[in-house]
Amino acid sequence: MDVREDFTDCLLISTSNSFVMTIKKTYKLFIGGKFPRTESGRVIEVRGKDGALLANMSQASRKDFREAVVAARKASAGWAKATAYLRGQIIYRIAEILDGRGEQFVSELVSHGLREDKAREDLARAIDLLVYYAGWSDKYQAVFSSVNPVASSHFNFSAPQPNGVVGIIAPGRGSLSALVSTLAPVIVGGNCAVVLSLQDATTAISFAEVLATSDVPAGVVNILTGKRDELGPEFARHMDVNALMLCSSDSDEKRALELEAAENLKRVSVHPNRSLKEDPYLITDFQEVKTTWHPIGV
Amino acid sequence: MSALKLAVTMLDVTTLEGADSVGKVQQMCAKAMRPLPEDSSVGPAGAVCVYPRMVKVAAKAVEGSDVNVASVATAFPSGQMRLKERLAEVRFAVGQGANEIDMVISRGQFLQGEYRAIYDEIASCKEACGEAHLKVILETGELTTYDNVRYASDIAMAAGADFIKTSTGKVPIAATLPVTLVMLQAIEDFYGETGRMVGMKPAGGISNAKLAIQYLIMVKEVLGEKWLNNQWFRFGASSLTNDLLMQIRKQETGRYQSGDYFTKD
Amino acid sequence: MIILPKTEIMNPHDFTSGDYAPATESSDHISLKKSYDLFIGGKWVKAASSFDTINPATGKVIAEVSSAGKKEVNQAVKAARNAYDGEWSSISGAERGKYLFRIARLLQERAREFAVIESMDGGKPIRESRDIDVPLAAAHFFYHAGWADKLDYAFPGKKPKPLGVVGQVIPWNFPLLMAAWKIAPALACGNTVVLKPAETTPLTALKLAELLEDAELPAGVVNIISGDGETGQALVEHSGIDKVAFTGSTAVGKSIRRAVAGTDKRYTLELGGKAANIIFEDAPINEAVEGIINGIFFNQGHVCCAGSRLFVQESIADKVIRKLKKRIGTLKVGDPLDKNTDIGAINSAEQLARIKALVNAGEKEGACIWQPEGRLPRKGNWFKPTLFTDCAQSHRIVQEEIFGPVLAIQTFRTPQEAIEKANNTPYGLSGGVWTDKGSKIFKMTTSLNAGVVWANTYNKFDPTSPFGGYKESGIGREGGLHGLSAYLNI
Repeated sequence: MDVREDFTDCLLISTSNSFVMTIKKTYKLFIGGKFPRTESGRVIEVRGKDGALLANMSQASRKDFREAVVAARKASAGWAKATAYLRGQIIYRIAEILDGRGEQFVSELVSHGLREDKAREDLARAIDLLVYYAGWSDKYQAVFSSVNPVASSHFNFSAPQPNGVVGIIAPGRGSLSALVSTLAPVIVGGNCAVVLSLQDATTAISFAEVLATSDVPAGVVNILTGKRDELGPEFARHMDVNALMLCSSDSDEKRALELEAAENLKRVSVHPNRSLKEDPYLITDFQEVKTTWHPIGV
Repeated sequence: MSALKLAVTMLDVTTLEGADSVGKVQQMCAKAMRPLPEDSSVGPAGAVCVYPRMVKVAAKAVEGSDVNVASVATAFPSGQMRLKERLAEVRFAVGQGANEIDMVISRGQFLQGEYRAIYDEIASCKEACGEAHLKVILETGELTTYDNVRYASDIAMAAGADFIKTSTGKVPIAATLPVTLVMLQAIEDFYGETGRMVGMKPAGGISNAKLAIQYLIMVKEVLGEKWLNNQWFRFGASSLTNDLLMQIRKQETGRYQSGDYFTKD
Repeated sequence: MIILPKTEIMNPHDFTSGDYAPATESSDHISLKKSYDLFIGGKWVKAASSFDTINPATGKVIAEVSSAGKKEVNQAVKAARNAYDGEWSSISGAERGKYLFRIARLLQERAREFAVIESMDGGKPIRESRDIDVPLAAAHFFYHAGWADKLDYAFPGKKPKPLGVVGQVIPWNFPLLMAAWKIAPALACGNTVVLKPAETTPLTALKLAELLEDAELPAGVVNIISGDGETGQALVEHSGIDKVAFTGSTAVGKSIRRAVAGTDKRYTLELGGKAANIIFEDAPINEAVEGIINGIFFNQGHVCCAGSRLFVQESIADKVIRKLKKRIGTLKVGDPLDKNTDIGAINSAEQLARIKALVNAGEKEGACIWQPEGRLPRKGNWFKPTLFTDCAQSHRIVQEEIFGPVLAIQTFRTPQEAIEKANNTPYGLSGGVWTDKGSKIFKMTTSLNAGVVWANTYNKFDPTSPFGGYKESGIGREGGLHGLSAYLNI
C-alpha cells in the first residue's frame, strides 16, 4: 500500500486499495455574489443519519442580513433595468447549470435523509420551476398590463414595476424545489432577493454555487442560513426591504412578523410552509402597478 | 495602421494631478515628443496638457518640436470661481507659453439656465487667449442630456470656441461615442451655417486603440476628411498612448505585445 | 520581426482618404453541403427535381437544392399529421417548451455560421444578419418556448387547443427570421409544421432543419420542403392542412385567400406595404435623418414595412433632403460579407429588374431622381440607394411597393395633411413619426391606419411585440400575446 499523508496535499490515491479522502466543503453564506463566513463566527452543526458531521453551516447574524440587504439594493437598479429577455435567459441558464450538476444535489439530498427517488423528483421539480418562470419573464407584462380607455384625450397605460428588495423566508423543510419555488417568481419580475433558508440545508448553499456560475449578477440573490426565530423579525423590521414573502404555518410567527413589517408598509405575502405551485400571480405579488398619462393632440 | 499612427499624432498627452512636479512633466513631454524610442516615424503627439503652474516647464521641454503646449485654466476642473480670476489664469498661462487653452464652462450656471452668461464667459476667454487656441470643455457628464450637450456646443461655437471638448476627466462620466456624435453633428451644422471649422476633442474614457479608431471613423463619416488631422481633432487620454503603440507594433510584427516593451513616460 | 502575408503589406491603406480597407467576415468555419434534400418526417428525402441557389453578390452557385413536387408536399403533410396525432399531442406543454428552448440555445451557439450563410444566400449585409436577423430568430424561439405551458393565461375565458397541421410559406427577405416567426409560435401552441422557404433563399431553413435534428425534435413535427411557387401553391391548397401562414406579396396573398375560401382552413397573411415616414419640423433632425435612412435602406429596402414614402414638413424640407443626400453619400454598397457594407446585393435578377422598371417609371412621370456618385461592383445584382423628390400622390413610385432602396419624398404642411396622405393607400402595414412633442406623437400614432407605428425610431422588432398589417397589408399578427391566437383553436 502506497499511502502518502501530507497535510498540504489532501488527495490520497493508493495503488492497492480504493481509499480516497475527500476534500470537504465549507458552507458559507452567499452575499453580493461572494461566499463570506458569518461575521458572528457561529455555526450550526449538520449531522447525517449516522451521526457523522456533514457540515458546519454558518449561522447568519443580523449584521450579515444587513450586508445582504445592502448588496441586494446595490444590484436592484441594474436588475430591474435589465431586459426581460435577458432576465429570462439568465434564469434559464440557472436551470441549465443545475441540470448539469444534478447528481451532486441528489447525493446531498440523500445525505440529509431523503430517499433517492424523492431526491431526483425534487431536483427535476426545481429545474422545471426555473424553466417555467424563465418563460414568464417577458410575458407577464403583456398579461397583466393594460391600456386604459380614459374618458379624456389621453394615452394612458398601466404596467407592473418590481418592488425592489424582497425578503424571502423560505419554506421550513429543506428541499431544493421549495427554495426555488419562492425565489424564481420574485427575481424573474426584476426584484432582488435576500433568502433565509432552513438552518441545516446545505442544498441552499450548493444552489448558491449554481447561481454564482449562471451569469446572475452579484447581489440579485443573497442566501443566508440561520435561525428563523432570530432572523425572521430582522427581515420584517428592516426599513430598506420593500416586500416580504413569508412561508409559515405558525400563526404567532405570522402575526409577529406582519406587525414588524407595518413600520415601512412592506408588501407582505404569506404562504403555507411548503413548496409553492407554479403561478404567475406569485410574480405579480411583488410588482407595483404604475400608470402613466400623456395627452393626445397637436 | 494609418489610423493608428494618425491617432498618435492626435493625442493631447495629459497630466493634471495635484502631485505634478517639474520632473513628472519633463518626463511626460519627452514621451510626447518621441513615443516610440526606436521609431521616429511614430508621433509626435499633438500636444501636452498641464496645469498653468507647469506651462513654462512643458514649453521648454517641447521647444523646437511640433508638440503644442495646452494648459487648462478658468478654475479647472470645477469652474467655480469669479470670472475675473478665471480670465487672469488664462492670461497667465498664455504668458507662460501655452498656445492652447482648455477652459471649463460654468455647468452650475448652465443648469440654472444662465445661457447668456455662458456665452459671455467663453467670449471673454477667447479674448484673453489672444493668439492661443481656445478649447471649451462642456463637461458632458454633468450636463447629462443630449439636448444640453447640443445646446452648450452651439453656444460655445457661437462664442468663438476653436475646439469643443467633452470632459475634464475628473468626473466619473467622460467621453462616450453618442455624446461625441452629438457634438460632431453640432460642428457639422455650425460649419454649414457659418463656414467656420471648429475642432473636437473627446477626453476621458478612451483607453484603447480600437475605441479610438471608432471615434476616428465617426469623425470621418460625420465631418469628413478635412477634420482628420491634429489641427481639428484631438484625443484627451493618458493610457491610450501605449495601447496605440502596442497595436502599431502588433500590426508590424503579428505578435500581441507586452507592456514591458513600452515606456511608461 | 515576422513578415506579414503579402496582401497586408502590398496594399497599405490610408485611413484619411478614400474608402475603408475591406473587413471581410471569415466564411471558412461554416459547413455547407453541395446539395440538400427535403427534410420530411425526420429524414432527408430526395426529390425528383432540383435547382441551384445562387449568391446574388457574386452570381456563383452555392448549393443544389431539392424542389418538392406534389408527391413530396403530400408526404410532408402526412408526416406532420402523423406527428401531430402521435407524439406531439401526447407530451405536455412544458415539454414542448423545452424543445423550443433547446432550439433557441442551439441557434445562439451556431449564430455566426447562420449569419454568414444568410448573407451569402440572400445578399444582406453581414452586420444585419449577425446583429439582427439571427439574434432575433433565436429570441423568437426563446420567447415562444415560454408560452407552450402557459396558454391558459393568454386568452381570458378560453382553454386554447392547437389547430393541427400548419402550412407555412415564407419570403426571401428575412429567410431565417421568417422561419422562426412561423415555426416558433406554431410549435409552442402544439401544432406541427410544413414550411416552404423562398426559392432564392432556402439554405438557412435547411440548416435549421439540421439544427432541429440536433435538438432531437420528434420526427415530422417540422418538415422543410424547398421549392418554387408551385410547391407553395400545392402546400397551401393541400386538403390535409388546417391552417395557412403566408408572408409575401399582396398579389400572392390574395390568391391564397381565394384558395382557402369556403374551406375550414384558418389563415394569416403578412403582405406588402408602402409605409409613410413622417418628419415634423420639431423633430431632432439629425436623428430623424438616421431613422429615415434606416427606414428605407435597411436590408436594401427589401422590407415589407420599409419607410418608403417620406413626408417631410415643408419648412425643413431643404435641410432634411440635403442631409439625406450627404448621409447617403457615406453609405457603402458592396460585398455582403464585408463588415463595412451598409447596403448589400439585391436578392435576385428578377427583383433588380422590378426595381429598375419602377424607377424608370418614376423618372418618366416627372419625379426628380438622385443617386450618389460611385461605381457599383460589376458582377452580381446591385442598385444604388436612390431618392426621388418632387413626388406626387399619383406617381407609381408613391403608390406601388418597390421593395428596393428607393425613397419617394413628398412635402406636407400640417399634421392633418400628413395623416390624410399617409393613410391614402390600400396598404396599412407600418408607419413612422418624428417629432419631439409627446402629444403629437400620440395624435399621429392613434391616427395612422397601420398595424405597427414607430415614433422616433424605425424598423424595431421584438418577439414580444405584435407585427402585422391593416387593409391589404395582411390579416393577423405575429409575435406577442396577440400573435398566439393565429395558431390556436379558441
